[in-house]
Amino acid sequence: MNTKVLVAPSPHVHSGDSIQKNMYGVVFAMLPALVFSFVYFGMGAIIVTLTAVASCYLFEFLISKYLLKKVPTITDGSALITGILLAFNVPANLPIWIILIGALVAIGIGKMTFGGLGNNVFNPALVGRVFLLISFPVQMTSWPKPLGFDTAYFDAQTGATPLALIKEGLKKGEPLSQLMHDVPSNMDLLMGNMGGSMGEVAGIALLLGLAYMLFKKIISWHIPVAVLGTVAVFSGILHMSNPEAYAGPLFHLLTGGLLLGAIFMATDYVTSPMSNKGMIIYGIGIGLLTVIIRVFGAYPEGVSFAILIMNAFVPLINVYVKPKRFGEKRK
Amino acid sequence: MLKTFSLGGIHPAENKLSASSAIQVLPIPETVSIPISQHIGAPATPIVKKNDEVKVGQLIAKSSGFVSANIHSSVSGTVFKVDEIMDASGFRKTSIIIKVDGDKWMETIDRSEDLVKEISASKEEIIKKIAEAGIVGLGGATFPAHVKLSVPPGKTAEVLIINAVECEPYLTSDHRVMLEKGDEVLVGTQILMKALGVDRAIVGIENNKPDAIAHLTKLAVNYQGIEICPLKTQYPQGGEKQLISAIIKREIPSGALPIEVGAVVQNVGSALAVYEAIQKNKPLFERVATITGKSLKNPSNWRFRIGTPVKDLIDAAGGLPEDTGKIIGGGPMMGKALTTVDVPLTKGSSGLLLLPREEAARKESKPCIRCGKCVSVCPMGLEPFLLMVLADKKEYDRLESDAVMDCIECGSCSFTCPANRPLLDYIRLGKGKVGQIMRSRK
Repeated sequence: MNTKVLVAPSPHVHSGDSIQKNMYGVVFAMLPALVFSFVYFGMGAIIVTLTAVASCYLFEFLISKYLLKKVPTITDGSALITGILLAFNVPANLPIWIILIGALVAIGIGKMTFGGLGNNVFNPALVGRVFLLISFPVQMTSWPKPLGFDTAYFDAQTGATPLALIKEGLKKGEPLSQLMHDVPSNMDLLMGNMGGSMGEVAGIALLLGLAYMLFKKIISWHIPVAVLGTVAVFSGILHMSNPEAYAGPLFHLLTGGLLLGAIFMATDYVTSPMSNKGMIIYGIGIGLLTVIIRVFGAYPEGVSFAILIMNAFVPLINVYVKPKRFGEKRK
Repeated sequence: MLKTFSLGGIHPAENKLSASSAIQVLPIPETVSIPISQHIGAPATPIVKKNDEVKVGQLIAKSSGFVSANIHSSVSGTVFKVDEIMDASGFRKTSIIIKVDGDKWMETIDRSEDLVKEISASKEEIIKKIAEAGIVGLGGATFPAHVKLSVPPGKTAEVLIINAVECEPYLTSDHRVMLEKGDEVLVGTQILMKALGVDRAIVGIENNKPDAIAHLTKLAVNYQGIEICPLKTQYPQGGEKQLISAIIKREIPSGALPIEVGAVVQNVGSALAVYEAIQKNKPLFERVATITGKSLKNPSNWRFRIGTPVKDLIDAAGGLPEDTGKIIGGGPMMGKALTTVDVPLTKGSSGLLLLPREEAARKESKPCIRCGKCVSVCPMGLEPFLLMVLADKKEYDRLESDAVMDCIECGSCSFTCPANRPLLDYIRLGKGKVGQIMRSRK
């Protein structure tokens, strides 16, 4: 026998799955929301997205090559996801220089300081987003109205998000039933016809992305269902206790960044728990914190903070919440 | 909903290329090399020496303990030598090398093809005869069959499960045995039921073999107490623990044997061997194996004499393809890569897979992205990503408390990992070390 053969331990075959396939699968799932944001916010959305993606790629390349001195691995698609998610999480008229700072913080502090893909504790895009929110509160909360290509990148007509509207109104002591007249209808909320960050408005597009990721088995149902279910139940209980002070579950589900967060950010592989049980606990935590911040906190919106706080608990969850072992006695 | 096991599992491409190829008889080679250790447990002790004349079916190495198995000559001829030669594991092992002369069988063996349904042997006779015939688990694990049939005091067997799952991709030998030797398998099953004193047996077959399910279901009408149970196609359903979980919904506790939940599992090929041993007085010296591969001219199934060189099987199927990159003894998930084709086929050889070069090489391993897919596919509910890190860091205490010894080495984690991490390689290392530590503690 002249043929040289390989000898290695089993298994001898592989599924063919790869990091790229999963990452680009997520990117594909984000396309509907991206298209909707272009339709609603026109030029602004395109500028913000391109800037965020390009700068994320650039910073990851520069940091790996010149600071970490290793071969840059930007082709794995993770920088693309961070870029798009960062863009999704900011208003469509955000100045370019602020986006650059956001990308630098997201990639530099959020990801590369920990050692790059797979090692970061916090979702990089959210690290960037929250940094911007705290540093540039005015620019980060002046939401352009979704007017399609009429939306100007500069001097856009801006308005409040439904969540901010309710929060301000309740603070002034106005009854909720009165305030709800100023909020777009549920159908409009679902279709994204409201003020908000670029990628968070179109609920329908985000749900489409979720369906695709579940179908392709890129993510499992545990995290999105736990987050959304908890928000629905918790806000439902509050609403039933006092309908004039607390908005209903549907309003909470469809407004702000909840769908975007539950579907695309809480499900980030690296920063979410490994076991199904862990994922559910993590999801419930995000849901509870979101409602608590929205209803009782200073900010009208709390999804980003909720996810970042729960990110910090993930290592702990991974240590204490073990998957059910085969043959383990059920209690 | 078809039944399947409780946790994890994967569905690799089935590639059952040889499923429609009827079992053929592989020509007897000029020399056979019969290793004295073809089973789990103590190697057998050779009882023949150079220049002894032997017949087909003659005992040539005697079981050397309770967990051990007799070895019989698969050919007639002269013992050339008893020496160490390389076997499929790549190590040199003692083997009995016999030069073939004709095909003279022991007179005690009934060579007729007639089906003998009447079981005259008693429970004790059956177990004794199975041990004498050297029957081991033919699914590949090669655990001596009589040991499983000897139920320890204090335990009772409630049900016999026949493993006809053949969940490894590519392999089809069990499939063909069921189609061509269905009655023999079912009589063998009844013999095993008698040996265990159970009145119920369940044959588990994955639904990617609808013809075998239909055939055996039709035949089973004539055999009391035997049920055919179609299962969802899901790897590693052929694992003993997974199969029991799939069929009777009971989970064997960590470290325990199937008898703990009242079950005994035997392979479908073993059932056929039991039939032949009890009804035809024929010890285990031949079996059926699949030779397969995408580039192979003729993927097919063959009945071969134990000790035949691997090379003969490859030649019978059209020769070694140009692009062969890996030769695997067994299936692609749990089989062992061979270093050469000059090793003998043994009792545990269920198949031979020739992988083309482009499929043989592993892809570059990337950092773990913590996707958790290894956790969700693990049929034992373990955390492969963590076990790998712990094995790498030599954290043996934590490996033990994280149940590394529960790993059945099915390879579902490595198969699934999007980052191509060699999870099972590290887990095996860790298992070896933890096993050593646990034994030294006793």
